[in-house]
Amino acid sequence: MANRYAESNVPMDRRHPSRMTVRQRFYLVEVLAGLRLTGVRFFANMWRHTLHAVGIKAARGAVTIQYPEERRPYSPRLRSLHRLVRREDGSPRCVACMMCETVCPAHCIYIVATEHPNPDIEKVPARFDIDLGKCVFCGYCVEACPEDAIRMDTGILEFASYSRAGMIYTKEMLLALEPAQADGAPTSPVPIPADRKVGEPQPEARRADMGIPRAERGGEPQP
Amino acid sequence: MPRLTINGKEVEVPAGTNLIEAARLAGAEVPHYCYHPGLSVAGQCRLCMVDIEKVPRPQVGCNTLATDGMVVNTETERVKETRRSIMEFHLINHPLDCPVCDQAGECWLQIYYMKHGLYDPRMTDDKVHKPKAVPLGPHVMLDAERCILCSRCVRYCDEITRTGELGIFNRGDHSEIGLFPGTTLENKYSGNVIDICPVGALTDRDFRFQVRVWYLDRAKSVCPGCARGCNIEIHTSQRRPHHNRGRRVARIKPRFNAGVNQWWICDAGRYGFPWIDDESRLTTPMMSVSGRSTGTTWDEVVVAAARALRGHRPEEIGVIASPQMANEDLFVLRRLLDHLRVLQRDTRVLPREPGDEDDFLLRADKNPNTRGAELVGLVPVSGGLDARGILAAAVQKRIKLLWVFQHDLLASAWPESEVHAALAGAECVIFQGTNASGTSARAHLVLPSAAYAEYDGTFTSFEGRVQRFRAALPPLGEALPGWEILARVGRALEADDPVFRAERAEHAFNGLAAAVPAFAGLSYRALGDTGLMVRS
Repeated sequence: MANRYAESNVPMDRRHPSRMTVRQRFYLVEVLAGLRLTGVRFFANMWRHTLHAVGIKAARGAVTIQYPEERRPYSPRLRSLHRLVRREDGSPRCVACMMCETVCPAHCIYIVATEHPNPDIEKVPARFDIDLGKCVFCGYCVEACPEDAIRMDTGILEFASYSRAGMIYTKEMLLALEPAQADGAPTSPVPIPADRKVGEPQPEARRADMGIPRAERGGEPQP
Repeated sequence: MPRLTINGKEVEVPAGTNLIEAARLAGAEVPHYCYHPGLSVAGQCRLCMVDIEKVPRPQVGCNTLATDGMVVNTETERVKETRRSIMEFHLINHPLDCPVCDQAGECWLQIYYMKHGLYDPRMTDDKVHKPKAVPLGPHVMLDAERCILCSRCVRYCDEITRTGELGIFNRGDHSEIGLFPGTTLENKYSGNVIDICPVGALTDRDFRFQVRVWYLDRAKSVCPGCARGCNIEIHTSQRRPHHNRGRRVARIKPRFNAGVNQWWICDAGRYGFPWIDDESRLTTPMMSVSGRSTGTTWDEVVVAAARALRGHRPEEIGVIASPQMANEDLFVLRRLLDHLRVLQRDTRVLPREPGDEDDFLLRADKNPNTRGAELVGLVPVSGGLDARGILAAAVQKRIKLLWVFQHDLLASAWPESEVHAALAGAECVIFQGTNASGTSARAHLVLPSAAYAEYDGTFTSFEGRVQRFRAALPPLGEALPGWEILARVGRALEADDPVFRAERAEHAFNGLAAAVPAFAGLSYRALGDTGLMVRS
C-alpha cells in the first residue's frame, strides 16, 4: 500500500496543529493529565523513601546525586581527560611517533618531535598539545599508541573554558595528571590553563604556537 | 635477445638482463634488498629467490642472467616459503623500533613483511645490540641495529663516488656497517646512501624527526642548483603546519632519469632548498613612495612598472634577466623587450666564487637555465650591452631604468662600489625575484616572483634537455610566477602579443615552441617526465 501521506498535504508530524485531536486542542485537559503524572511520581517516591527510612530496605525511591559535591562512580572504561604516562625519571614515555596524531579523526593532537639524549630512546616530544575544543573523545589515540604513553583514565570531565586557547592542554599539563581512583574519582586537580580566567586578555602566543603557516599569515613587508 | 617464460608469460629481454629485471619487464615483482640496478650485484640478502624449471633449488634472481628458453616462476609455494624464512632471518636482530624510525612508512622491511612475510616469529633469544644514532657525516645518521647488511651503501661508496668510506666490520650477527678509521662520510654525493638504504639504518640528519613520511606530498621537479638539471622529487609538508619547523619543503629526493642523473643527486642540490621557505622571501609587491618602500597591490605596481617602461626611451632601459628563471619567464620577457625595442639585455652575472665542478653531476654554472636563456635570445645583441655594460651605462646615467631579475648584484664578482653607483645612478630600479637581497632593498619597485617549487615551467639543461618542473606548493604570500608578472606588465603596456594573455605556463611554452626554432615541436605533453632535447 502506498504511503497515504505521500501525496497529501497532511503533515506526518502528529504534534502539528492540523493533526491534533479535539482533546489535545482543548489545552486544559492535557495540562491536568500532566499534573497527574507528576503527582503520582512525587507521592510514589515519597512513599518509597518513607518505607526505606523506617527500615524496609527493598523499597528504593529515585535518587538525586548532589553533583559536584557528590559524584557517581564512573566505569573504569570511561574515556576522560587524557594524560601522558611518565617514565620512572618523570620524562614522557611518548616517543613522538605521531601515531595518535595520524589516527586522530578530529586533528586535535599537535606533536613536535626532538632528539632524546639517550640513543636507546632516541625520540621524544618537544611539544605535545591536545586541543580539547576539537577532541571527540573517541579514544583512538589510546588504541594507536605503541608505547602505552597516552591514556584517558584521569576521570576528569570538567574542563570547560572561556576561550579556545584555554582548551589547549600542553605536554607539561598532561604529564602532571594521575590516573583516577578505583571509583573513577579524579586524583589530580583539573589543570587550569593560565588564560582561563574571565576578563583577562588572551595571550596571542598560544595561537601563534599552533603553527599557522606563514603563507596564511601573509607576508610582512620587506626592507 | 633471450626469450624466456616468467610466470607463464613469454618475454624477450636484452642480453645480460638478470631475472629481477626480466620479471619486472614481465610485470612480476621479485622482492629484493641488496640488488640495485645502479650498483654491482652482491647476492647478499638472498630474498630474490625464484624457481627455475629443471633447477633443483630456488636461485637468486639478481645473480642469474636470463637465458633463452628459461622457464621461471616467482610465485610458487616453495618460493613464498623461502621468502618468509629469509624475512624471518633478516628480522632476527632488527629492533622493530618503527615508532621512532624515520624510515617507517617507506621501509622495505615493512613493505615486504606485509607482502611476503607475515610469519609467526619463533625467535626467543635476546637481540644483538649495536650502536644507535651515530652520525656518519654531516648528512647521514647510522643506526647499526636496523641494518640488514645489504651492503648497498658500501658498494655505492666504492663504485659510484669511489671514496670508499664505508665497510662492514666484525663477523656473524655482530657484523655492522661503519666508517673506516679516520674517515667521515662527507663526499659531495653522500646523501644518496640514504635513498638506497632499504631500511632505516641510514637516515637523513636534516630530515630527522621533522615529518612522518605519510604526511608528505610529492611533486616532480628539476633541480635548480646547477646546469645539469637533475630530476628530483620535492616532498612538502602542508597537511600539518606545525611539523618541519613550519617550513613547507621537507626534503628533496632524486628521481630516476636514465639520460641525466640516473638515481643520484649531489648533496648541494639535496639540501639546497631552505631559501624557498626562508624569512627573506618577498611576499608582497613593494613600491617606493618618496623614498620609503611600502607594500602595495599588484595592480598598482604593474601600472607603475608599465609607466616607468613607457616613460623611458628604449636605449635608456637595461634588463639583467636571470638564468634561474624558467624558459616560459624568459620567453615572455623576450617578447616584452621586443615590444619595447630594448636591446640592452643579458642574463650572465658572474658569481663571486666560481662554482665547483666534477666529472659526475656537478657543473660549475650554478644556474639551471643558462642554455634556455641563450636559446630564447636573452643575450647581448649587436648595438646592445651586456650586464657589465648595462651597469657601467647606469653609472654614467645613460641607462635610466634598470630591471634586475633574481640576481643579487651586490654579491656578484663585480666590485660593490660599481654596483652601488649603478643602482644609485638609475632613476628607477625594478627588482623581480624570490628573496630579499641588497639589490631588492635598493629597488624602487619590487615584484615578488614564485620560487621554482611554486609554479609550472621548464628548464633547459646545459646539454639542451628541456625538462618540466611542476608546482609542489602554492606561491608564498602574493608572489606570482615570473611569466605571469611579465604578462601583466605586457597587458598594462597594451601590447597585443597573444603571449601576454597566457593563462597557464603551458600557453607561454606553446608560444615559445612556435617562435623559437630550437623548441619547435615541443609541448608539455611531449616532454613528459624525462624531458626532450632541443633541436641543435
